[in-house]
Amino acid sequence: MREFDYARADSPRQAVSTHGSNEQAAYLAGGTTLLDLVKIDIMRPEQVVDINRLDLNEIETLDDGRTRIGALVTNTALARHERIQSDYTVLSEALLSGATTQLRNKATTAGNVMQRVRCPYFRDGVSSCNKREPGSGCAAIEGHNRSVHAVLGTSEHCIATHPSDMCVAMAAIGATVTVEGPEGQREIDFLDFHLLPGDAPEREHNLKPGELITHVTLDAPLNNGRSGYLKLRDRASYQFALASSAVIVTLDGDTIVDARVALGGVGTKPWRAHEAEKALKGQQVSESSFQRAAEIAMQGATPYAHNAFKIPLGQQAIVRNLTTLTA
Amino acid sequence: MSDSIIGAGPKRIDGQRKVTGEAPYAADHHPDNMAYGYGVFSTIASGTITGLDLEAARQSPGVIDIFHHNHFPELHRTPSSMAQGNKVEETRLPFEDNRVHYEGQFVALVVADTFDNARAAARKVGVSYQRDDAIANLDQGVKAHGTKPGSGNHERGDAEGNFDGAAHSIDVTYTTPVETHNPMEMHASVASWEGDRLSIFESSQGVVQQRGALSKIFGIPPSHIRVESPFIGSGFGSKLWMWPHAVAASVAARETGRPVQLVVPRPQMFTTTGHRPETRQRMRLATDDNGRLVSLRHESINTTSFTDQYVETCGSVTQSLYSCPNLTVSHETTRVNRGTPTSMRAPGAAPGLFALESAIDEMALAAGVDPLEFRLNNYADRDESQDLDFSSNHIREATEKAAEKFGWHDRNPEVGSMRDGHEIVGYGMAACNWEAIKRECEARVSLRADGTAYVTCATQDIGTGTYTIIAQTVSDITGLGLEKITVRLGDTSYPNGPISGGSWTTATTLPAVAAATREAIKELKGYATSEKGDFADVDNDSDSLVFENGQLTHDGQGVNYVDVLKGQKLASADGHAHTQGADDRYSYRSFGAHFVEVRWDPGISNLRVSRVVSAIDVGRVINSLTARNQVEGAIVMGLGMAHFEATDYDARNGRPVNNNYAEYVVPVHADQPPEVDVILLDYPDLEFNEFGARGIGEIGITGMAAAVANAVYHATGKRIRDLPIFKEKLMENIPAVQSA
Ligand SMILES: Cc1cc2nc3c(=O)[nH]c(=O)nc-3n(C[C@H](O)[C@H](O)[C@H](O)COP(=O)(O)OP(=O)(O)OC[C@H]3O[C@@H](n4cnc5c(N)ncnc54)[C@H](O)[C@@H]3O)c2cc1C
Ligand code: SF4
Repeated sequence: MREFDYARADSPRQAVSTHGSNEQAAYLAGGTTLLDLVKIDIMRPEQVVDINRLDLNEIETLDDGRTRIGALVTNTALARHERIQSDYTVLSEALLSGATTQLRNKATTAGNVMQRVRCPYFRDGVSSCNKREPGSGCAAIEGHNRSVHAVLGTSEHCIATHPSDMCVAMAAIGATVTVEGPEGQREIDFLDFHLLPGDAPEREHNLKPGELITHVTLDAPLNNGRSGYLKLRDRASYQFALASSAVIVTLDGDTIVDARVALGGVGTKPWRAHEAEKALKGQQVSESSFQRAAEIAMQGATPYAHNAFKIPLGQQAIVRNLTTLTA
Repeated sequence: MSDSIIGAGPKRIDGQRKVTGEAPYAADHHPDNMAYGYGVFSTIASGTITGLDLEAARQSPGVIDIFHHNHFPELHRTPSSMAQGNKVEETRLPFEDNRVHYEGQFVALVVADTFDNARAAARKVGVSYQRDDAIANLDQGVKAHGTKPGSGNHERGDAEGNFDGAAHSIDVTYTTPVETHNPMEMHASVASWEGDRLSIFESSQGVVQQRGALSKIFGIPPSHIRVESPFIGSGFGSKLWMWPHAVAASVAARETGRPVQLVVPRPQMFTTTGHRPETRQRMRLATDDNGRLVSLRHESINTTSFTDQYVETCGSVTQSLYSCPNLTVSHETTRVNRGTPTSMRAPGAAPGLFALESAIDEMALAAGVDPLEFRLNNYADRDESQDLDFSSNHIREATEKAAEKFGWHDRNPEVGSMRDGHEIVGYGMAACNWEAIKRECEARVSLRADGTAYVTCATQDIGTGTYTIIAQTVSDITGLGLEKITVRLGDTSYPNGPISGGSWTTATTLPAVAAATREAIKELKGYATSEKGDFADVDNDSDSLVFENGQLTHDGQGVNYVDVLKGQKLASADGHAHTQGADDRYSYRSFGAHFVEVRWDPGISNLRVSRVVSAIDVGRVINSLTARNQVEGAIVMGLGMAHFEATDYDARNGRPVNNNYAEYVVPVHADQPPEVDVILLDYPDLEFNEFGARGIGEIGITGMAAAVANAVYHATGKRIRDLPIFKEKLMENIPAVQSA
């Protein structure tokens, strides 16, 4: 088989030093992305650093009301956690809408943040793909681009969606990613963590070589916020979103006091719709205000041959989610 | 007959072995010294291999040999005749030459000591190609080189002449995409040679045909080949005929002198083991003032490969389901750069009835008649294509019963008129239909001195319950409990049995097993009435000597058959039977109707199937559990065909793009309609065979896609003529895309 070195880390420090700044090293968490891609020969790490023994399994409420999630907390554990279910419903729902029970049992919080795209041309190992082979071109733009390709944040170099559901909820909630690296610890705002493809789609996130995610800390929940995740797809389960929305709203009577809207399945990164939020604030609960916000959220979207329907579908994901939450 | 085991619902006798993991599937076999093969597959769809760089692969750990078109023994092709028992779908042998006809074709095979080493080395093989323009889909094929006539055509009356002047008419075209079988268990072969004798474990729906094909290909007698497939993780038709990997594995084993295991990886399950081809079907129907069909034309084109012509007989049902004096059915094919297609559950009928039963719906609306009434007015009472009576046809009762149970009469025919919260409800229906076939078959039954029975037949149980119904048959005749009956299938060393396909296994094997059982009883009677026997003074074929509940009785005196055998120190009484295929006195077919409720939520563009009622007339039901399971499974598969399934090919180069289980969308549990109600009419068709059973594996999928599409029309007013019914086909306000 393709050989690689394997090391099991006992502390974040040790993990980071084993990994070093080696571009060909990879941390192994649940393995549901990494091993999948190694098996089909798309990721070819020379050094695998198994981080599963690290003590990063806690979900803690901090004094300032924020919630700190260890990198290794599984998607299942996070979704089923009482405080997540009550105070961050949108996150629990997003997690439970993802993948399958078996995958969620293995998948970790950091691994989910770091999951790779599902673009078939990325995965086939032969088509031109700027992500896999920078400069080779993008087979998807004029190829088959219905399900796992974006309409927002695309560039002429890459149009793959960021596939995560969890991250869409985190983008709406607001969060900070804590990382530990060769140069010590630092924090990255969640919204800055993932990168747009631009002219360098091979760069997907803001980690420096060797940096290890140790925690994701959620902002304190909005007071009296109601939240929910709505995922639209072909079949009812076990499929990535064609369009999804994470919405948090607070109401004063029929007036929207605050709103957070993020989108999945349509963007090249977990997509926070700030302008749509602004359009909602201060508005009365009504279909027309929801529709207007939804249109704003999808403004500037670029449809491709097979995925133009994601523009109205993305809008529907927002409108229905808001309608249900404010009913 | 009410307490008979025939028609009861005993659980699968092989169920426990399967759920405990004890049942061996093809790739579970690891003969001593076994090596592993891993394929190198073409990454272009059309062209020529101009060079192979094998250096790195050869240096790779554990590599034993690498086969390719310049390093492969000369073999022979099989004539591919089902009658001769040597049919394959793709007649070109692997590594025959340097041509590439489709992406995912074998271009090399690495054999190494472990699976991982073989795979790693396979990835180091460098292949250079001279690339030709690929024909990527049906439209491109027709444009590039037109069509070729296919088989299964039919003509009666003058369909063209009676179309133009008719009171009502429609002229519409339907398309269906490639669907890929995707059984859970991937194709696998484990081949070993001893001298010039080949033994192969295969995930196969037809061990006898595979033996025949291997015999032709290797030029050795069938008696030197043993093909075993005791358990298979389903096939849906993709495992009816042998595919190139089995030849490659057999060669690799012979040349390396070691047993070789070769499993087809999931992506190549989409390329080199068959698929349901793409179809385009033009339907022209016309009725008179009373809504009676006066003209019907069903013209179908399907894609086939560059190496073989596979005809998807979409019009097979159209010939006889409805009464119509003027009718034309034609099939043509066009070549594309894809592997050779093959039968997939209800070949011909599944895509064909999507077109026919959608068109009937359209025709009914055009004629201003309720679709249910239209069908009842037009169903054929005899098979007009063959000028024969049906052996048994209860389609009217099936349709009416299902309609009643479904509540069709509460349907408001106005489009979009039925609402429930956010959802618009649509009702649709379609007829379903499948031919009944019975083939020649042999079987052997031993009644053994230990009180058990032992049955062998070289057919297969592909997960449908064949083991169980064969045991039920022996139990029915001998009175032995199921736990006393051992059934062995899926091995060419047993008497010749049929392929497990065409829904003909039940009708074919049960008569043979029953006859063999009776032969065994006869042999037993011979022992009992011999000089040394308990009934030495009784005539051996005397009517008064009866076998019941394990006992031979005469004049109130009973002897357990075990004692008959033991008394004479005999191991068993054996029977062998060879039964014949169906006659042509009647048209033998199965019938039924599906009623489907869909819910379309326009606010989130979500379509779901919420209710299905199906009534099926398949003759006698042999096992009520496994029969219902077949229909329910077929309904779910039909629902997948209706709104999820399609293998997508890149139109620029013919590359399959969604070649994995995550992106090739089939229904999951959450998509199961909350209500699926299957009514089995259970009228024995005794003209067909003594059990009155016609077979049930396929009929359930036929018509399902049309029933869904018709319900979608009722809900949305959108007539979707191109499967699958993706949400975007029902959505409004989709922005136009500047094509590049
Ligand atoms: C068939 C299938 C369907 C799926 N469907 C969905 C879906 O519907 N919705 C959805 O959201 N997701 C879906 N997923 C993706 C799944 O959620 C991710 O694979 C999973 O979350 C990854 O987590 P992991 O722990 O297994 O990561 P791993 O595979 O272990 O790692 C993933 C990547 O992250 C890196 N990494 C891991 N931990 C760290 C760390 N602490 N610091 C820095 N880097 C790290 C690894 O090196 C690797 O590059 C699906 C996956 C599959 C295979
Ligand atoms: S969309 Fe991105 S991942 Fe897909 S082929 Fe283009 S560059 Fe590669």
